Amino acid sequence: MNTGILLQIAQTLLAILLAPLLMGWVNQCRAWLQGRSAPPLIQPYRTLKKLFHKEAVIAHNASPLFRFAPYMIFACMALAAGLVPTLVNDLPFSPAADAIALVGVFALARVFLALAAMDIGTSFGTLGARREMLVSFLAEPALLMVFFTASLISHSTELPTIVETLAHKEFVIYPSMAFAAVAFWMVSTAENARIPVDNPTTHLELTMIHEAMILEYSARHLALIEWAVALKLFTYSALGIALFVPWGIAPHGDFAALPLAVLALLVKMILGGATLSFLEAISAKVRLFRAPEFLGTAFLLGVLGMLIHFLLEV
Amino acid sequence: MPTVSLSDFAPVEYAWAGVLFWLALGFSALFLQRLRGLLALIFPLGALGALGMAGVGLAALMGAGSAIVLPIGLPELPFHLRLDALSGLFLVLLGGAAFGVTLYASGYFRQLDTARLALMALWFHLFLAGMTTVLLADDAYAFMVAWEVMALSSYFLVTTDHDQPDIRRAGFLYLLIAHVGAVSLLLCFGVLQGGDIGQMQAYTFEYMRSAELAPFWASVAFLLALFGFGAKAGLVPMHVWLPEAHPAAPSPVSALMSGVMLKTAIYGLLRVTFDLINVQEGWWGTLALTLGLVTALYGVIFAAVQADMKRLLAWSSIENIGVILAGFGLTLIFYTDGKGALAALTLTALLYHALNHAFFKGLLFTGAGAVLHATGERNMDKLGGLMRVMPWTAWLTLIGALAIAGLPPLNGFVSEWLLLQAFLLTPGLNQPYLNMVIPVAAASVALAAALAAYVMVKFFGVTFLGVARSPAVAQAHEAGWRERLGMLWLAAGCVLLGLFPTQVIALLSPVVLQLTGQTLVNDGSWLMLAPVDAERASYAPLVFFAVVLVTLLLVFIWVRYAYHGRMRRADPWDCGYPEQDARMQDSAEGFGQPIRQIFDAFMRVERETPDPFDRHPRYRGDSRDKLWVLVYQPIANLAAWLSDRVGRLQHGRIQWYLIYSFATLIFLLVFVTR
Amino acid sequence: MFLAYHLQVVNLLAALLLLISFAMLSQRRITGLVTLFAWQGAALSLSTAIVAWSTGQHHLYYSAALTFILKVLAMPWYFYRLVKKLNVDRDVEPMINIPTTMLIGIALVIFAFNLALPISQMSGTVTRSTLGIAMASVLLAFLMMITRSKAIPQVIGFLAMENGLFFAATSASYGMPLVVEMGVALDVLVGVFVLGIFFFQIRETFDSLDLKHMEKLKEK
Repeated sequence: MNTGILLQIAQTLLAILLAPLLMGWVNQCRAWLQGRSAPPLIQPYRTLKKLFHKEAVIAHNASPLFRFAPYMIFACMALAAGLVPTLVNDLPFSPAADAIALVGVFALARVFLALAAMDIGTSFGTLGARREMLVSFLAEPALLMVFFTASLISHSTELPTIVETLAHKEFVIYPSMAFAAVAFWMVSTAENARIPVDNPTTHLELTMIHEAMILEYSARHLALIEWAVALKLFTYSALGIALFVPWGIAPHGDFAALPLAVLALLVKMILGGATLSFLEAISAKVRLFRAPEFLGTAFLLGVLGMLIHFLLEV
Repeated sequence: MPTVSLSDFAPVEYAWAGVLFWLALGFSALFLQRLRGLLALIFPLGALGALGMAGVGLAALMGAGSAIVLPIGLPELPFHLRLDALSGLFLVLLGGAAFGVTLYASGYFRQLDTARLALMALWFHLFLAGMTTVLLADDAYAFMVAWEVMALSSYFLVTTDHDQPDIRRAGFLYLLIAHVGAVSLLLCFGVLQGGDIGQMQAYTFEYMRSAELAPFWASVAFLLALFGFGAKAGLVPMHVWLPEAHPAAPSPVSALMSGVMLKTAIYGLLRVTFDLINVQEGWWGTLALTLGLVTALYGVIFAAVQADMKRLLAWSSIENIGVILAGFGLTLIFYTDGKGALAALTLTALLYHALNHAFFKGLLFTGAGAVLHATGERNMDKLGGLMRVMPWTAWLTLIGALAIAGLPPLNGFVSEWLLLQAFLLTPGLNQPYLNMVIPVAAASVALAAALAAYVMVKFFGVTFLGVARSPAVAQAHEAGWRERLGMLWLAAGCVLLGLFPTQVIALLSPVVLQLTGQTLVNDGSWLMLAPVDAERASYAPLVFFAVVLVTLLLVFIWVRYAYHGRMRRADPWDCGYPEQDARMQDSAEGFGQPIRQIFDAFMRVERETPDPFDRHPRYRGDSRDKLWVLVYQPIANLAAWLSDRVGRLQHGRIQWYLIYSFATLIFLLVFVTR
Repeated sequence: MFLAYHLQVVNLLAALLLLISFAMLSQRRITGLVTLFAWQGAALSLSTAIVAWSTGQHHLYYSAALTFILKVLAMPWYFYRLVKKLNVDRDVEPMINIPTTMLIGIALVIFAFNLALPISQMSGTVTRSTLGIAMASVLLAFLMMITRSKAIPQVIGFLAMENGLFFAATSASYGMPLVVEMGVALDVLVGVFVLGIFFFQIRETFDSLDLKHMEKLKEK
């Protein structure tokens, strides 16, 4: 039990520490695809360090919620990172929250971010909050549908059980998971503010969704939020790996498989980051009012995946 | 002297004593108009009565049922009262929510003039007494009398400010639909008693429980009950009175109506379907599930486009009632398919949601009431920035908003989680279409929950955050200590119901056992909720909460220790436009515009936009309910046309009236002497 | 309990077929539609080839080859040329908005799946569970034809319907006799050529390929 808790803390800390590296790798791949040279891989760490050293500049009319939100968002993302099995399956914390609660954790962080954005009372904050809630009202059910499809196959909504079913039972191709995979990609671009839903590198406020919400933040608050965003991308990647390519995650209590698990994680993250940049490079950002259509398609694909499960896999 | 102890009296007698206590308080208010000081004590005493009622309900939940017969009522049908597990649970709900709301009301109504305060006290306590008697009634007559008392007292409460025509109209609509529902309930009881019209004893619930109904008549009774109770609960399409009446009433009354009165309708539906009707049909469940999901989505879509605080909350109540009704339908589907354990799970989820809704909706309405009281504005477009002026109200309302959005670790998440788990278990059903369609239905519940989060961000963000949109905010003041205490109680309820689900489910199990014959087995521990099987799904909110709190503190301390906590204030980022004012931020209508654009097929949108040559440009946007035009106006026109035709009978000429009397006399003579 | 691997691949390809039918419903650009149609043909011919290999019905190899040549190479090439000549590569302009179309699509899928369950129990082939998917593809293609008012998307809908029928034939009864298949293929090919000629005529008369203009041809 004690080794379990130590492993749990180690896994969470590893996720927190590696997340900016994943962000750096995605930026690197994107730069290669765009034919330019990229900043070094550890640039996000340098940015975070710089931000932490700065003095926080806060608007006159900011309420305590504004200053509390970054810590809350970071804590929620850390919790999510601890829940998703990255290295070892079935750690002691996972019975506390299942896949539906994971979606709830993401929703909690998002609501706090949206409220903090509305706190200052400028047009950009409310614009960002409104657009973020618009995108998420379809993205969240779509993510739930993906989890439901996985749970129908594994007869459980517990992430460890899902991973175990999909990884350690016989190698079976699940067509419903193919639908779920497409839906999951669409949802993760929406939730992580990537193309085709949102452009993470835009400087034009009127085209922003996620960036507009954090315009007012500076210094350590901004650092925490940027870190939380990187952590969210890492968690989503880990979630995608756990659901669709789970082979390599060490089973419960099997410490001999840890080195293989670490290696597998690194390889999968590298490939996943590269795939993400590739898909970003070949897509164009959709108009804001096409985003509900985009996410509606994801939602309906998730529903289709469940229906296919009933037809083909029962 | 023989000693009398507390246990000499059955819980139902305590409950009835509570009802009489409230009636006494209400009527004595009329006589205490000279003594303002004593009058001010009425509401706090009423709150204590509510707390006592909750205690009685708890005792009934944990013990056996009890029943008494009172010497009032019809000659052959005196009032039968019964307090079993189902009534006990709803009594806990009523008492718990009413305690917080009445405490709040004691502060809210403090500044009314004496005459109005006395009348308010009378109707308020009559309302509470009526609702309790509905929960206790064990025969049709007592039930209908209590139902009418509830409807009439709430009508007078809704039309407190009857000098405004809008409020009069809202009251009229409310009374109309309440009575249409009541007629349907009367007919339902008539069907339930099994056709033995002469016997008065047939109208007791005891008799109805043993009556054997043919399936056709059972379905008729169910449909009548669904219509009647649905009209009171706010099911689509009988929901039109809710968004009018709840905003028109004073805020504590809205809190009680939304939080408790709608649940008495749910209680009635559960009582009739599971207790009084012996054999249920499967298609009832499918009908209820469909209606519930439609109601949930309809309610939350309209909530997203409202600019009036209380209308938004009223539509949100419609959404939650839809979710509860969807759970009810699913329970019926499982129960009639023979899956008792799954029916128990779903019933637990729906009862939990009803309990949750009483607390967080009560909290939200009381918060909105505090804002209304402080600023005089109900329109969110005139508010904003209230968090700095009313911090207690703001933070407590935030708890309510997070709870209703279904965010962990608060209470809304637990009931939604349980309901989603129930939906995921439907592939085990034997019916071909249903086991495919119901997971799709789970998608609708998830959609409604996500939209509820949108609505709450809008509500809280536009009202409390940002910059003040009008001068009304400048004169706002924090709510009084009594109001804050009431809100604190309700918020504590939300938090506790969210952190200790296993204990709450243990409390709910007698009810579930009574209605479905099985209970929900928790495969976890006191800490962890695992409804069917720990392998399948589990949730431990205390651990969740603890981890978030610990991480928060650790990060905060690390940042302060490793770096620093320096801060300075400056102007917000204005992107080079120096004249940022309060109108640059989203208005309530603006925040809901994306939803309006996506779902405009359901609404009748009326817009008045300025043209370039207007000297005083004005923008007016209104999203109205299409069902009003599609369903209600034709019915109203038909009724008017029919009345017009019948009105032709009224000529005003005496000859014709004499002829009517003469014809009736001849008719009676002919047919009675046969 | 788990099927042999090649049958799982067939199931996966069937699911891909349905995915492509859905993607066609939500696709907004005409060239995108043609590309999706080509991919659908590829999935179809691959699955026919696998069924041919696993059951030993050699005439299915010819069907697969025919499908590949016609529906992956010839027709998409022809459509690309047509689109360039007619200069119509723009938005599809659906008659009811895309989210509603997709909701109706889901309802049709549920209907088709439930319809197919008793029939597939009667059939004796190994791929009978994919009959529901085939029927769903046919219905979705029909829906696409109904909700599009431009000419080329309607024709693609018609061809996608034929794809679905072909898949239904292979999954329920191991294909039709080769003569019938050749005849159907020839009919479809000729039909597409004739329609291409018609598109030019329509464009000459109305200056647009929007089929709503055809209503002007009716007698007053």
